[in-house]
Amino acid sequence: MNNMVMFIILSGLILVFSLMTVLTRRILRSAVFLLFVLLATAGLYFMLDYMFLAAVQLTVYAGGIVVLIIFSILLTSHISERAAMAGRWRMIASALVVILGAGVTLYTIYSYAFKPSAETAVPSTMKSIGNQLINYGDNGYALPFEVISVLLLAVMIGAIIVAKKEVK
Amino acid sequence: MHQGIPLHYFLILSTLMFFIGIFGFLTRRNLITILMSIELILNSVNINFVVFNRYLFPHELQGHFFSMIVIAIAAAEAAIAIAIIINIYRNFRSIEVEKVDEMKH
Repeated sequence: MNNMVMFIILSGLILVFSLMTVLTRRILRSAVFLLFVLLATAGLYFMLDYMFLAAVQLTVYAGGIVVLIIFSILLTSHISERAAMAGRWRMIASALVVILGAGVTLYTIYSYAFKPSAETAVPSTMKSIGNQLINYGDNGYALPFEVISVLLLAVMIGAIIVAKKEVK
Repeated sequence: MHQGIPLHYFLILSTLMFFIGIFGFLTRRNLITILMSIELILNSVNINFVVFNRYLFPHELQGHFFSMIVIAIAAAEAAIAIAIIINIYRNFRSIEVEKVDEMKH
């Protein structure tokens, strides 16, 4: 019961703030609403007992990405500036597409009976996560870990090269 | 049934969030707000991974690691996209998609 109340609060926060992120005309406010959405999502992860994932969500998403976005907003637009939205017909067409898509997806979800597993949950402690992340045997995720590290290196070099001033 | 909340509720939540993100992606005119819509979409997919992991396969951590990887990729994507956006702003003095229609500067 308590969980249900918490879930309803968190999902209400997520839905309201993600709608406001998409609909508000002030870009900086929209970034702050995005921050609230990400915080509420971290709350959902806490509810599901994935503490480490919730911490990663808080530090990387809410701490890193939102700050990056706010920086770039401040660099590229005035605070008082109102964002331009699409025309009325485009809004209506997008809303129709989105409602149709959501309807089809929700119908598919409801027509499939998910059977929750009865097995005991493995603990998602720091130790087991760290062991699995660098393990290459069963239940090991060393390969994706290495791929992500190479991707991060490539992105760092790419971002520096893209954003640096051209030497004339 | 985990902690009294059916699996479907989480899926409804993430579906709605995903399509709100798509709505923003289709109607926004500013590159940064488009990027924020993409973050919403990635976040809803993360919720799906985590919930499937917790409800259907609690004996392993596959969905957990997938969503950690998605978070890492989202950070990488945001960094590179913001580098590109700032470069576009330097060349065009604007980041509205309608005004950025030349490959050369």
